[in-house]
Amino acid sequence: MSASVAWSDVEVGTQLPALTVRLQRVNLVMYAGASGDFNPIHWNQRFAQAVGLPDVIAHGMLTMASAGRVVTDWVGDPGAVVEYGVRFTRPVVVPDDDRGATLEISAVVGDKREDNLVRVDITAKFDDATVLGKAQALVRLP
Amino acid sequence: MALNQDFLGKVYPAGPAYEVGREKIREFAIAIGDMNPAYHDVATAQALGHRDVIAPPTFPFVVSMRASAAAMFDPGLGLDYSRVVHGEQRFAYVRPVTAGDDLVVVTTIENIRVAAGNDILTTRSDISTVDGEPVVTTWAVTVARGTAEGTA
Repeated sequence: MSASVAWSDVEVGTQLPALTVRLQRVNLVMYAGASGDFNPIHWNQRFAQAVGLPDVIAHGMLTMASAGRVVTDWVGDPGAVVEYGVRFTRPVVVPDDDRGATLEISAVVGDKREDNLVRVDITAKFDDATVLGKAQALVRLP
Repeated sequence: MALNQDFLGKVYPAGPAYEVGREKIREFAIAIGDMNPAYHDVATAQALGHRDVIAPPTFPFVVSMRASAAAMFDPGLGLDYSRVVHGEQRFAYVRPVTAGDDLVVVTTIENIRVAAGNDILTTRSDISTVDGEPVVTTWAVTVARGTAEGTA
């Protein structure tokens, strides 16, 4: 957790510290258990391929949670997040090997508003392609 | 088959309360690989001004999932669940979900539309405490691929 960021120190274009997240099968199993989302496309290769996917894919909500960490790590207090939204544009395929899937998360301040609010625009890439669209968080800074 | 437009605006009332526990928050945070102490350590969370450990921003989806499933699986709506993908997700927070909260969810079918042959359903879930304090609103967009047959 970094020290908290002040609104007065932030400008449009300020880059947040980037984040690399590795997702392996065990992480999908853990997320299934913790979230209660047991859709077999997230843990059963046989099922995933039967419905036309290349392999097991990560829960969209796990990708969203991972991407959001770039913001909460930056602000320190996750309670500073006022809004957070994403579109799921591409699946994150997680093979059954020792490497899994690697997400590259970056973020930049896209807007600075009154009431100490800033909009953070998040980019999440897997295999050099974005997997989230219009991923934005609104945060209130001290 | 296109979705039944009569369901636009339909409200699904709150079911039993979801009791948010510290260990559930910690389990969820570990599952998303997030060791932010605000999720794990009561003293740190309280030093930040929270009553107890707080839940990660996407945790409310776990609370709303059952309620929004009631809407998605409503037989008359006509959603083909075998073809659905999660299209979008958004949260607007009044405050973070906090350990000790007893939460109830009211889900509303906010939008039904067709785009590129897909049926697209937007549900809004308003999450509040059992005492009526609003906590967070979530919007989930569900896309049923290629089910809006006969609509160009």
